[in-house]
Amino acid sequence: MANYLRKRLIFWSVVSGPFIWWAFVLLIPYLIMFALSFYTRKFPFHVPDLQLGNYLTLITDPQYYTVFVRTIRVAFSVSIVSLLLSFPLAYFLARKIKSVRLQLLLYVATIIPLWVSYLLRAYTWKTILGSEGVLNSFFIWAGFIEEPFAFLLYNQAAMIITMSYIFMPFMVMPIYASLEKIPDSLINASKDLGAGRFTSFIRITFPLSMPGVLAGFTLTFCMASGDFISPVLVGGPYSNMIANVVTSQFGLAMNWPLGSAIAVVLLFIVLLVISVSDRFERTGRVNLS
Amino acid sequence: MKTVLEVKQLCKSYQKNVVAAHNVSFSIREGEFVTLLGPSGCGKTTTLRMIAGFEFPDSGQVILDDQEVSNQPPYKRPVNMMFQDFALWPHMSVEKNIGYGLMIAGEKKTAISEKVMKVLDLVDLKQKAANFPQELSIGQKQRIALARAIVNEPRILLLDEPMSALDAKLREAMQTELRELQKSLQITFVMVTHDQTEAMRMSDRIIVMKAGEVEQIGTPTELYETPRSPYVADFLGQSNILVGKINNQAGINYAEIASGQSLAFVNRFEHIQDKTKVIICIRPEKIQIEPKNKENPDKVNIVTGTVVNSAYSGNSIRYVIEIDKKTRITVDQQLMRSIDNSDVAQFGDKVDCLIPPDAISVFFE
Repeated sequence: MANYLRKRLIFWSVVSGPFIWWAFVLLIPYLIMFALSFYTRKFPFHVPDLQLGNYLTLITDPQYYTVFVRTIRVAFSVSIVSLLLSFPLAYFLARKIKSVRLQLLLYVATIIPLWVSYLLRAYTWKTILGSEGVLNSFFIWAGFIEEPFAFLLYNQAAMIITMSYIFMPFMVMPIYASLEKIPDSLINASKDLGAGRFTSFIRITFPLSMPGVLAGFTLTFCMASGDFISPVLVGGPYSNMIANVVTSQFGLAMNWPLGSAIAVVLLFIVLLVISVSDRFERTGRVNLS
Repeated sequence: MKTVLEVKQLCKSYQKNVVAAHNVSFSIREGEFVTLLGPSGCGKTTTLRMIAGFEFPDSGQVILDDQEVSNQPPYKRPVNMMFQDFALWPHMSVEKNIGYGLMIAGEKKTAISEKVMKVLDLVDLKQKAANFPQELSIGQKQRIALARAIVNEPRILLLDEPMSALDAKLREAMQTELRELQKSLQITFVMVTHDQTEAMRMSDRIIVMKAGEVEQIGTPTELYETPRSPYVADFLGQSNILVGKINNQAGINYAEIASGQSLAFVNRFEHIQDKTKVIICIRPEKIQIEPKNKENPDKVNIVTGTVVNSAYSGNSIRYVIEIDKKTRITVDQQLMRSIDNSDVAQFGDKVDCLIPPDAISVFFE
């Protein structure tokens, strides 16, 4: 009995630390935020309440729902662009490079930008795309143009480019992992049975890499939909994203209840995306071991 | 019989000058079951992969039905392979797995499902058509892999260590089954294995390989009874391998395995010098063992020694006999009838070993 109690004690002394941490920095703040979203705002205060006015505002006021639509559209575009760039890279890394050392080197080179501050990486694109930036300077130097292109920066395209670059490692990693563990024999078997390289890729390699593609897509989508730095740095006037609105509601606008309601909706959108991709992944999941 | 496959002077080396195959040549007739046998790293798998098209030879030719295919990709060769890990696609049902090749070849759906059902029936797994590979047992996976490889009616079926994933009992059953299937389908089989028992049981002919080269080609009987080298004698079955020399007495060559212990053997050599150092291989089961000094009417080829070990295993007794300090031989005494304890020679017993001349193979060092 004493032994049993002792085991219990040890178990809780190990687990309670992380549990308390998790409760205080995640669970309780979420609950507070959820509760706040039903409060009423009486400037400069917000008073406890239980009403759906904040959520109604989101549906009825176009300045909010257009931002939601834009956020989803941008996050989706970022995921697609990132996927199109990352898949060939991951494929090349995992299946075409024979030298293990070179493979490791290139893989590290792909994820090394993650060690650089996000702000810095986003800012880099400002210096590339800006009117005094690297691209424009090059075009002028080469004599292609007289005046710098203004359309390179401060729009949604610039934002999508920047975010695609920033989130690419999160797309490459899971795809690489899923491609790398496909046994050669599975692809050889396809060729052996008469399928050329392209057919073998479409019918065998790509379907077997789906778990990685879905994981990368979900990760990128979730991170992109919560981004508020790229819109500010390279997005320009019509690139406000949900996270920017949340920031301003909690900041300048001093409307915490509305800010909370927006955050809750964003949270549910992200959870929805995760559960849908999880459903897909489950049906397509295969055991390669 | 018509020759299906001809392999001529195949050479293949990997980076850092690792020679995987060197001047490998052989030909295979239609309907034959041929095994490439050898230890790991002997080049058998590389040779198989060059036949399949997964590797291209540095030099030499692979000729299939009188057409050179040496540098053709696997999807252009009418051969199919059964992979060591079976390589069944986990995202496709058994039916889709088997029908894959037919689908790629552009056959009609009805024709595909008809053929698939036919091979599934052949491997006795019709009820598993809708299952996924991960739902099958190892033995079932193997049958499906086999079905997938034969449904396209390849000119040659290549089998890469097909039994290595199976446990001993299942392996023996599958060996018989695969052999029967091969005979009834009349498809040419080329198998790679490192298991000599498996090779002997299943093959019409065996190609023994060593360090990237062909050591000997022959039927299991030929290889076992007349090995061309100590390597083959040792690799197929058990062999006593002794170092000795030629002892010429009155114009007849004897093999001397220990001082004063010379044996007559079937001489395959034209000229052989007296006192030449040779390697002498003797099959343990061909040696007869008898108590010393028992009246032996035929006094030829008897060596005397002391029992240093005996192990009874039901159908045979294995003795280790010391001829002299440097020479020991293993003797397998087959037991055709019941024995009792007194029939087993004990440690320290002096015994006579009768070694028939045709049980002895002599090789130059």
